[in-house]
Amino acid sequence: MIDAVFAHRIQFAFTVMFHYLFPILTMGLGFFIAVLSTLHLATGDKRYSTAARFWAKIFAVNFALGVVTGIPLEFEFGTNWSRFSAFGGGVFGQTLPLEGVYAFFLESGFLGLFLFGEGHVSRVVHWLSGIGVSAGSLLSGYFIVATDAWMQHPVGYTMDAGGAIHLKSFWAVLLNPYAGWQYAHTINGALLAAAFVMGGVGAFYLLSNQHAEFARLSVKMAVIAGLILSLTQLFPTGDMDSHNVVEYQPTKLATMEGLFETEKGAPLAIIGMPDTQNSRLIDPVFVPDFLSFLAYGNLHATVNGLATYPKDLWPPVELTYYAYHIMVGLGTIFIAIMLVGMFLLWRRRLFQSRWYLWILMLALPFPYIANEAGWVVAEVGRQPWLVYGLLKTAQGTSANVAVGEAVFTTLGFAGVYLVLGLLFLLLVGRVIHQGPQEQAG
Amino acid sequence: MIGSAPYAAADVARGTERMNIVWFWTLAVMLTAYAVLDGYDLGAGAVHLWLAKGNEERRIVLNAIGPVWNGNEVWLIAAGGMMVVSFPRVYASGFSGFYLALMVVLWLLILRGVSIEFRGQVDHELWRAFWDAGFCIGSLLIALLLGVALGNVLHGLPITSDGYFQGTFTLLLNPYSILTGLLSLAILAWHGSNYLRVKTEGNLLERARRWSARLWWMVLILVIAATAATLAVSATMERNFRLYPFALVFPLLTLAGLIAGFFCRHSHDHGAFRSSTAVIAGLLTSAAVTVYPNLLTSTLNPSYSLTIYNASSSAQALRASFVANIVGMIGVIVYSIYVHRTFAGKVQLRDHGY
Repeated sequence: MIDAVFAHRIQFAFTVMFHYLFPILTMGLGFFIAVLSTLHLATGDKRYSTAARFWAKIFAVNFALGVVTGIPLEFEFGTNWSRFSAFGGGVFGQTLPLEGVYAFFLESGFLGLFLFGEGHVSRVVHWLSGIGVSAGSLLSGYFIVATDAWMQHPVGYTMDAGGAIHLKSFWAVLLNPYAGWQYAHTINGALLAAAFVMGGVGAFYLLSNQHAEFARLSVKMAVIAGLILSLTQLFPTGDMDSHNVVEYQPTKLATMEGLFETEKGAPLAIIGMPDTQNSRLIDPVFVPDFLSFLAYGNLHATVNGLATYPKDLWPPVELTYYAYHIMVGLGTIFIAIMLVGMFLLWRRRLFQSRWYLWILMLALPFPYIANEAGWVVAEVGRQPWLVYGLLKTAQGTSANVAVGEAVFTTLGFAGVYLVLGLLFLLLVGRVIHQGPQEQAG
Repeated sequence: MIGSAPYAAADVARGTERMNIVWFWTLAVMLTAYAVLDGYDLGAGAVHLWLAKGNEERRIVLNAIGPVWNGNEVWLIAAGGMMVVSFPRVYASGFSGFYLALMVVLWLLILRGVSIEFRGQVDHELWRAFWDAGFCIGSLLIALLLGVALGNVLHGLPITSDGYFQGTFTLLLNPYSILTGLLSLAILAWHGSNYLRVKTEGNLLERARRWSARLWWMVLILVIAATAATLAVSATMERNFRLYPFALVFPLLTLAGLIAGFFCRHSHDHGAFRSSTAVIAGLLTSAAVTVYPNLLTSTLNPSYSLTIYNASSSAQALRASFVANIVGMIGVIVYSIYVHRTFAGKVQLRDHGY
């Protein structure tokens, strides 16, 4: 029989990872559309409005899927994780409805104006509605990350004699120290993915000799934004988010770095395959002392290995380790790609360098993988805790929901999302095939 | 134990039980607003296959709800989030108890949303026909199931001493909740038709008026039947209206809406829309009064029921979250009115849109 906790975990993991594909683009591309709208309003240059209108078509399809795949997640806090909600709802629930009230209303409300309102409202109001949509999506990111941050580092609560928790401070929950850099790193990741989407589509057009003007604008924006964002993804946002982990989640740190034994002057494993049974990495490539330096700013600092902690508190090692290394590995490659792109842009050879455009085009899906891998680190690395240090995952599930029900609904979602995914690719493919439409006025 | 009462006595003693009542009514208002707003989206979807003939008319229906349906749906999401923070044990028990039914509702919400967004993307008759059917089925079944859910809340559920229950389909699809489901479908279909009366012209308007008139009769019959059935089924309905006679203003609102609706059957389209709004608001607020102070009533043992006192978060959590959410909702109401006003009037088909 499938383990009940596993069934609920698989359902949530699957639905949230599929859902998140869409907010990545909503948050990232929404921002760039707002930038293009602003440039158009400021300069009157039609290239910007043509570009904004093109991306808005993809944005609309993407947004719709983000919404419909997002509602299940709010429901799943109750359907699959009822004991977690009953336990912590009064505390972590402080940030949850704020996502709806302050962000979803904003983005959904103004989306109508943005997509339907051109010609119907003034240019300034139309521009403002685009800003509203982008701001709403970025704001929603904060509230949901803050909710997750509470699970990673619970704050702002007291516990009574019976083990129940109650809210102590709303502001402590809202301004959880864990949340700030986690949010920055998440948003940066979304923006970076959007940059690669713009670059990939632009590269495709350049390679197939279509829509040259639009393509050049897209690739240029992608490389400039992409270079900045790939670097800030590493530093400061990645570095500071890792410091969250160093300070508050030592088991996650040890797992993601594959550090089995406590070491003074701990090395950073660039690659290597974890052999958990024997507490070692196979074929590792180390940078000596470097993990100590990254974690504590001191080459000789002691970093606790997994052996320090009882085995029943270890997160799943292989999944966490690989997700982390995939994320960092890809992030490094992104920096390399963007450095090369910037160099070519500077030498005015970017648009003619076909070999580079191929790389840029093929790179398009990889930021999505990196973003998702990051979340796998965050969530799988937190196991066996649902709320770190407070509530185990196994204690948070809905005990009144039979395993068979959860398996049924997971399969149901898998089927629905397979169809939705195919439709999404079809429809976005058509928008790309039709290309940007230059319009008079 | 989920239904234990850490707050009830202490809160009442401290006089802090007011926040529990405030949150009860806040949720009632949020859900009523959702029913009034997304209600016309759902209703329009449920009737559009009969009201709208041909591609152009179908596009008009979609564009009538197009700019606002997304924002309307958010009221449900916001209400759900608010329930997590205000009555976490009700949220936990209700959502896990209604597990399969809620999953079906989720898939239907996906079907409805995707049908609206995808229909106009490919210029092919079969593609459009498929999503037209999806839009109809999704909207119709959601309207029905929301009524079924409310019926089960009014009827009571087999909540055990640990505060949870298992809502199988055989349990949830009982005669009473099927009745409330049909009532919900009829009202939202009537409401949707009235919305389309306000937004359309020509043949569409004529058909919308005809359907609206027919649906009024269905609503009348079902309201009477459901009210009688609720009186029979609910242990608290008569008691509450006797205890709080001023609450009779809510059923009176329903009655006023029905009467106004009668006179607006064939003309006065805006009046018709206002009447169906009044009926929805009146019914939902009456339902709130009916169950008060229970949120989820146990059919096994009254002491197992989840109330606004024994299933809420702490007084501080209620206070903090109320302030945080109300501030935001004021802004929401202001700009939502602006957005709705921008798109008021008859639908004009344009290049962009659905």
